[in-house]
Amino acid sequence: MKNKSSRYLASPYIIWIVGFIVIPLLTIVYYGFTDRSGAFTLSNLAEILVWENYRPLYRSLILSAASTLICFLLAYPLAMILRWYKIGRGSIIVFIFILPMWMNSLLRILAWQTLLERKGVINGILTAMHLPEQHLINTTAAVLIGMVYDFLPFMILPLYNALMKIDDNTINAAYDLGASFWQVLTKIMLPLTVPGIVSGVTMVFVPALTTFAISNMLGGGKIYLIGNVIEQEFMQDSDWNQGSGLSLVLMMFVIVSMLIVNHFDDKKDMGRGGVI
Amino acid sequence: MEKLKDTLSQCYLAFIVLFMYAPIVTLVALSFNNGRSRAQWSGFTFDWYAEMWADQAIMAALRNTIIIAFVSAFIATVLGTIAAIGINNMRSVSRNTVMSITNIPMLNADIVTGISMMLCFIAFGVSLGFHTILIAHITFNLPYVILSVMPKVRQASKDTYEAALDLGATPVQAFFKVVLPELMPGVTSGFMLAFTMSLDDFIITHFTRGAGIDTISTLVYSQVRKGIKPTMYALSTVIFLTVFVVLMIGNFAPEWLKKRRK
Repeated sequence: MKNKSSRYLASPYIIWIVGFIVIPLLTIVYYGFTDRSGAFTLSNLAEILVWENYRPLYRSLILSAASTLICFLLAYPLAMILRWYKIGRGSIIVFIFILPMWMNSLLRILAWQTLLERKGVINGILTAMHLPEQHLINTTAAVLIGMVYDFLPFMILPLYNALMKIDDNTINAAYDLGASFWQVLTKIMLPLTVPGIVSGVTMVFVPALTTFAISNMLGGGKIYLIGNVIEQEFMQDSDWNQGSGLSLVLMMFVIVSMLIVNHFDDKKDMGRGGVI
Repeated sequence: MEKLKDTLSQCYLAFIVLFMYAPIVTLVALSFNNGRSRAQWSGFTFDWYAEMWADQAIMAALRNTIIIAFVSAFIATVLGTIAAIGINNMRSVSRNTVMSITNIPMLNADIVTGISMMLCFIAFGVSLGFHTILIAHITFNLPYVILSVMPKVRQASKDTYEAALDLGATPVQAFFKVVLPELMPGVTSGFMLAFTMSLDDFIITHFTRGAGIDTISTLVYSQVRKGIKPTMYALSTVIFLTVFVVLMIGNFAPEWLKKRRK
């Protein structure tokens, strides 16, 4: 369909995105670069260098990188096994691994809170077995488990899709030519699944970097992430300028990390193509 | 060797399934636990389900979640489908600009999207409430609809549309009888995607909702601070079962029907 006048069909949409995407982003940029009186300043951005803000950002970067790596290390073997058993897209087994993705994510974090709490399920089991109670909730490990649990399905699906696309003959040819399993993995499978890895990494890293719910529910306010700092600026302290400044810094980190990740994907499809 | 590989693989699959489902099974089990303790089993009960059903906050949150998901997905689908046709007919420069803006909510962090909208609403004097959540959900649903419909628009041939016009159809008739059926698979998957994204959203809703209105996600979040009531476990079980049944039907019913017909 090519028709000159029909391009105006997009007008309501363009008005919508200007009103609700472009203008809000400009608003946050405006607040980020001004102080309370409306004068231009860079101090809101520089606020990230303050220890109380820099420390959570650093913690967020470490935790999101760690959870992305753990998700990858858990999901890749899983996807390889599914491929090895030739378990197709429509099978119930794949369905089982994808299903938690559709369950409300806050309820899934709530489940971990129930397990890890001081009087929670795990400690209950330990006590019943006459073992000492463990301090599990409100630790960095609890937040990390929450991130891995929450985002794992988003790593599994793109990796599985990418691995299933590899032609059997490619892999058999490598084995016939004398390649070891390790060589097949590093020279054939990993390079051919780069688009899947890229979309999996993006879908885990960005939400993990910016979360505040997981750290609040499983970290009990003790494991403070950059998301928590920003959320508090808006919901409790009402310092919009500083909050906007920190949001802009966080946005830059998101953009830079996505540019780095997408750099590995020469096909340049924006990563999320393989999601559904 | 082959057998060892088999056993190891199956153990690994079992381990991941355990990791993914043990927490959910715990929630389900606790929803039937007679007693508030999370560590002790004190008998079977349906009380929490009855209490959940009578709890107005939970029921209102459930209603809000479903209404917002349905209405926002519907509006985003209509607006997005029409837009996809329009965007496809644009010159490449303006098309690329519009598509880049379309991608922003998908690529940007939800927290920034949520905050930017909240700031904008407040700055322009719009009070936060049901309508602002709805606007926000439509906005983040739109890219999913457009990216689902766009490939179908590109595939659709312009000949059939023009043939319909030549045969005397009005443009509106031609759209509904010729164009739309061709786009339908993309439109449906766009709607489903938008609907589920909206159901699951927490962050953007958290920032754009006003006081006194909750969705399931924001209700769970606020409950956590006050201490979780077992009614939340009952709610989780109901939601999990619903998702399970709906997805089972969506995924497997078409195949079963096919097999039966044979």
